[in-house]
Amino acid sequence: MICVMLPVHLQRLANTGREVELQVDGPVTQSSILDALEASYPMLRGTIRDHVTKERRAFIRFFACGEDLSLEQPDVPLPESVANGTERFMVVGAMAGG
Amino acid sequence: MSSVRVLVGTRKGAFILTSNARRKKWDINGPYFAGWEIYHINGSPANHDRLYASQSTGWFGQLIQRSDDGGKTWEPVDNKFVYDGTPGTHKWYDGTQHPWEFKRVWNLQPSLTDPDTVYAGVEDAALFRSMDGGKSWQELPGLRSAKGDLWQPGAGGMCLHTILLDPVNPERIFIAISAAGAFRTDDGGGSWLPINQGLKSNFELPDPTADVGHCVHNLAMHPSRPGVLFMQKHWDVMRSDDAGGMWYEVSGNLPTDFGFPIAVHAHEPETIYIVPIKSDSEHFVPDGKLRVYRSRKGGNEWEALTEGLPQSDCYVNVLRSAMAVDTLDSCGIYFGTTGGQVYASADSGDNWAPIVHDLPAVLSVEVQTLP
Repeated sequence: MICVMLPVHLQRLANTGREVELQVDGPVTQSSILDALEASYPMLRGTIRDHVTKERRAFIRFFACGEDLSLEQPDVPLPESVANGTERFMVVGAMAGG
Repeated sequence: MSSVRVLVGTRKGAFILTSNARRKKWDINGPYFAGWEIYHINGSPANHDRLYASQSTGWFGQLIQRSDDGGKTWEPVDNKFVYDGTPGTHKWYDGTQHPWEFKRVWNLQPSLTDPDTVYAGVEDAALFRSMDGGKSWQELPGLRSAKGDLWQPGAGGMCLHTILLDPVNPERIFIAISAAGAFRTDDGGGSWLPINQGLKSNFELPDPTADVGHCVHNLAMHPSRPGVLFMQKHWDVMRSDDAGGMWYEVSGNLPTDFGFPIAVHAHEPETIYIVPIKSDSEHFVPDGKLRVYRSRKGGNEWEALTEGLPQSDCYVNVLRSAMAVDTLDSCGIYFGTTGGQVYASADSGDNWAPIVHDLPAVLSVEVQTLP
């Protein structure tokens, strides 16, 4: 199972905890994780990536294994530790303002 | 006994304020959607328990929430606002053309007769409609054909912020956009006509009397007389007696005619309310005094309403969607400020009292009068 960590506003919206577990079939990529996330929690559609273009929203970042993966191509396979669930895939609201 | 439910959208969530018809003692509920901007929360005239809320942030984008129990519980409905066809371009701040990009929903206006039909005014300016209670949204693209390439954002963005549904003619809708002007459809939203004749924007437009481009801040009508419209423009308070065919100025003796909201008394079609703001570069009330101005003659002759409102050291603004009226026998007037106060008058504006002092900045106020 893939472990995805959500920011607090999306936890409340999806009525879930800090982390959700997802079954992802096929290659584990940003796209396949988000597809599975949105299938399980349809209310999250449009909040992390655009409905149509599937582009990541400007103030959303993706982290895993201590790395910022936000600028990676969405269909590039993620590290095995994410695929086997030992590392979390983190959806983070970017720091902004002061 | 009748009661009122005041729906308040703020920078950091929604609040619902309720009282009986005396409007002396209030219950405050919220925040709903804490931490999110609630540009608008509005109720269906056909079913008072059906509410819609526009919820957004810069991080997570736009959501639409719906309640079927008067705001006790909510469920997110569809948030997919996709412009019809190829969106095209509009005028940007520097005069160049810029692609149409959806940013947020400013205004939600439920149908007068069907709780499942609701209109959404969005930024970049367009009008969407849902006919299934918010489960899907479709643009009414004819609006952007009304010289949309000449529309230009105001300081707050290029937003469709006002939607007035004609209670007599269901095919007629009025909308207003900053900074494009006012528009009317007479065929249910298929085709639209700019209705800006008589407006003069001497400092904002190269052609002060252009067809489109005027920074209209708000429109209001009395339901018994939908052909008479009142407008708070960027500068100038205006009136039309022919459904927007021609406008004339009714600023009269106002201390300043810049402002945002405008409202009409529930039982007196010639009694209107505004909140003058010092200027376009100083968005607060003049002289540190929070004064609502009332005209009982449909404009030109205005009186300051001050009883119960702060008359020194007050520097708040009242945004365009933040004033509303109830329909009780003694008409109630309500407005919210950028300082987080919501004020109410249960006697047509003669006397005011705060319902709450310390909410986040208020973006919108709507009122439901409940049987």
